[in-house]
Amino acid sequence: MTEPLIFEISSPGRIGASLPDLDVPEAEVPAGWARDDLPLPEVAEVDVVRHFVRLSQMNYGVDVGFYPLGSCTMKYNPKINEVAARLPGFAHVHPLQAPDTVQGAMALMHELQRFLAEIGGFAAVTLQPSAGAHGELTGVLMMRKYLYDRGETQRTKILVPDSAHGTNPASTTMSGLEVIEIPSDDRGNVDLEALKAHLDDRVVGLMLTNPNTLGLFDEHLLEITRLVHEAGGLVYGDGANFNAILGICKPGEMGFDVLHYNLHKTFSTPHGGGGPGSGPVGVSEELAPYLPGPIVDQEMTDDGPRYVWRMPERSIGRVKSFWGNFGVMVRAYTYIRMLGAEGLRAVAENAVINANYLEARLKHVYPVPYSHRTCMHEFVAQGKIEGAPDVRALDISKRLIDYGFHPPTMYFPLIVREALMIEPTETESKDMLDAFVDAMLKIAEEARTDPELLHTAPHNAPVRRLDEVRAARHPVLRYRKREPRL
Amino acid sequence: MNYIPNSDADRAAMLEVIGVQSVDDLFRDVPAEYRYPKLDLPAPVSEMEVLQELQALSEENIDLDHVACFLGAGAYRHFIPSVVDFVLSRSEFYTAYTPYQPEISQGTLQAAFEYQTMICELTGMDVSNASHYDGATSTAEAVIMALNVHRHRRRKVVLSPAVHPQYREVVRTYTQGMGLTIVGDDGVGNGPEDLAALCDEDTACVVVQYPDFFGRVLHPDRLRALAEDVHARGALLVVVANPIALGLLQPPGACGADIVVGEGQALGNPLSFGGPYLGFFACRQEHVRRSSGRIVGETVDAEGRRGYVLTLNTREQHIRRARATSNICTNQALNALAAAVYMSALGRQGLRRVAELCYHKAHYAAAQISALPGYSLWSQDFFHEFVVRCPKPIEEINRYLLEEWGIIGGYDLGRDYPELAGHMLVCVTEVNTRDDIDDLVEALREVAEQEGER
Repeated sequence: MTEPLIFEISSPGRIGASLPDLDVPEAEVPAGWARDDLPLPEVAEVDVVRHFVRLSQMNYGVDVGFYPLGSCTMKYNPKINEVAARLPGFAHVHPLQAPDTVQGAMALMHELQRFLAEIGGFAAVTLQPSAGAHGELTGVLMMRKYLYDRGETQRTKILVPDSAHGTNPASTTMSGLEVIEIPSDDRGNVDLEALKAHLDDRVVGLMLTNPNTLGLFDEHLLEITRLVHEAGGLVYGDGANFNAILGICKPGEMGFDVLHYNLHKTFSTPHGGGGPGSGPVGVSEELAPYLPGPIVDQEMTDDGPRYVWRMPERSIGRVKSFWGNFGVMVRAYTYIRMLGAEGLRAVAENAVINANYLEARLKHVYPVPYSHRTCMHEFVAQGKIEGAPDVRALDISKRLIDYGFHPPTMYFPLIVREALMIEPTETESKDMLDAFVDAMLKIAEEARTDPELLHTAPHNAPVRRLDEVRAARHPVLRYRKREPRL
Repeated sequence: MNYIPNSDADRAAMLEVIGVQSVDDLFRDVPAEYRYPKLDLPAPVSEMEVLQELQALSEENIDLDHVACFLGAGAYRHFIPSVVDFVLSRSEFYTAYTPYQPEISQGTLQAAFEYQTMICELTGMDVSNASHYDGATSTAEAVIMALNVHRHRRRKVVLSPAVHPQYREVVRTYTQGMGLTIVGDDGVGNGPEDLAALCDEDTACVVVQYPDFFGRVLHPDRLRALAEDVHARGALLVVVANPIALGLLQPPGACGADIVVGEGQALGNPLSFGGPYLGFFACRQEHVRRSSGRIVGETVDAEGRRGYVLTLNTREQHIRRARATSNICTNQALNALAAAVYMSALGRQGLRRVAELCYHKAHYAAAQISALPGYSLWSQDFFHEFVVRCPKPIEEINRYLLEEWGIIGGYDLGRDYPELAGHMLVCVTEVNTRDDIDDLVEALREVAEQEGER
């Protein structure tokens, strides 16, 4: 099953949209302005619809099936979210309208800022960042500026555990700071001795993913945050794994100074094939003046509350145009309103039950390095099957596709060999998890008896295994019309 | 309401398999004194109630379905053909993740490849990525790419004052730890020749906007001359472009731009109070390995059939971590899909037509407004946005337009450029009818004749 490119079904003279006639006199276009050609496709509306519907049928989404992609929190996205974001009063509002004409949207943002601050245990929240990594950059820039404002410009190091998300070191580098990697100990925690060895007056802070990418809640969390603070540094929390601790604990109360939320993971906004997301950042009282803005503030008037834009006084600046990904905020707001405190806690509990259940059922066949501990909402197994030495995590993943499942995250975190990072989320039923286990066990059996079946998988996907090496060595990054040979 | 399918019986059976007594046992690593805090959130509501609440909140906003609007300044109202939202509403697209498993993500990948191709055609560039967060972050990423091209040996960036003020702010935020000098955008006076003069041996890039924030179009010949000057000093030319204008205007790639970025919202995405939008990013082939963001490439499957994968990701966080040139692990895939569907539906003729409608209507409006006593134009060389010097404070005029005429007026340039107090940036697109424009003109005449309120 392949689908031609839209350029290949193009035929001169077709158009897939209707436009109004010009109802004013024509103006002259200055000489030399106009382009000669615009080689976009020429297709009818029906061509557009069929083309993109066929492409959609070659795509696997949460609405198609189980998507245990570790660290990505691919939970079911309630349909009410889509209806809410498309309300004309939200979708058809210009960001630069006078505040008096957008009080409803600003009220929603103000409430969401408050909800997120409450859930995370923070003093203030900015909604501006567009994604988790964008929130990381925001957080690190804030930490840096806060310390530099205090005259501590000798602080240039950020400590990042080896179990952190891959974007943490990259965000640090972008902010002009140096990354020091901290190893994990044999229980999957941050190695305390290694941490202490690096804690000096050159440390800006620690970026901690907790629960970490091994799916473990650090057993020394309070000691870690205390040690970093004693060294004059700050603790950044990567909130990508927040789904595990929603309503269970508040990072802001446990020593985190900054944390980003992934609205597109924890708060049920669909991931859109890789975006848009949204990465609000929550901070402690001391860091609140450094937030990127504007943020929404509430003023009390005789007619009730009025919402205004306010730029925090020591702001690092804007990180994005306008106010952030408002459409995503509407979805997250809707979700939090429907769940409330109890519902959010139930999310974390069921996400953790589901993960531990899967781990318990799979660990006898797929080794789990830290299986002696309870995991949080995800765990890391290894694609190493006894009696099948040539079979790798990649082969198992591709074979899972044949059984109708999206594969887990592969080869991440980097500290586990042949890693398969599995995150079921709370929105899957026991029946679905059992079906997944059955498939995984069957694949292990196939790995021993017919490994070739795995090496050549997938067999039932729209395309067979794709040659990624060729794509990188001989990059073809756009379509070019092949000229007919004369 | 929650969205958890398991029953209590399911949970009990699962806890037994796990080998714990209760759910609490699963959280024993969480410090006991911080476990189960009180969460001060409003009581949950049903779907019906939440919809009523949101409906009410949304109706507190004045939406543009009910008023005429002449506000642009970086976010634009254009007609969106119905097919766009139809395609976006396919949940196979919107409930998918980053296509890490290409064999079951060909929809997302092929659509991104088509989007990349269309952006290349539109901008006249060799390669495009699969999008950034928005026009502002694309601009910042373009500056960072220029620094990387020069291996951070050049420490100066020249910014035109006519680049969107928020984009310039974001460039400064992103680069605050990099020890750069950013010059050129103090005051509104610096034109292309002044920017070229500021460009020296230490300059990594010069950034201009086309059409600029004030709607003005730099003549392609002058853009070409600027590119030559910038290149003569070894720097790169970054052009921030409006994609709808490129339906009509010569593409920056044909004028010597090295990197072309911009806000793609106008291509089929609703205003949505400022987001989510998408930043497009295109560059010359030689710089592709120093660009940031996702890129989709063509390859073949085991049977030799064409297919698509994410590629060139050695530049990214998951391989080199601390040495990565970018922390980006996402793009605005769904917004880019909207842009691809929009550009497919309009196609070669349609996008040109939209651009022409915008151009002619804007020029009609400008001619009418500038004929009014007290109003004058800044420039004739504009696309679909123009600056009008007004006889009263813009805030006062806009309040009158809305209250008396139900019109949302233009952008108050005094907000970003103190020397431009009393100047309004008016935007006219294909959705503004002649009647809308005539009403605006009449309303502006009236407000000029009113006694000052202050």
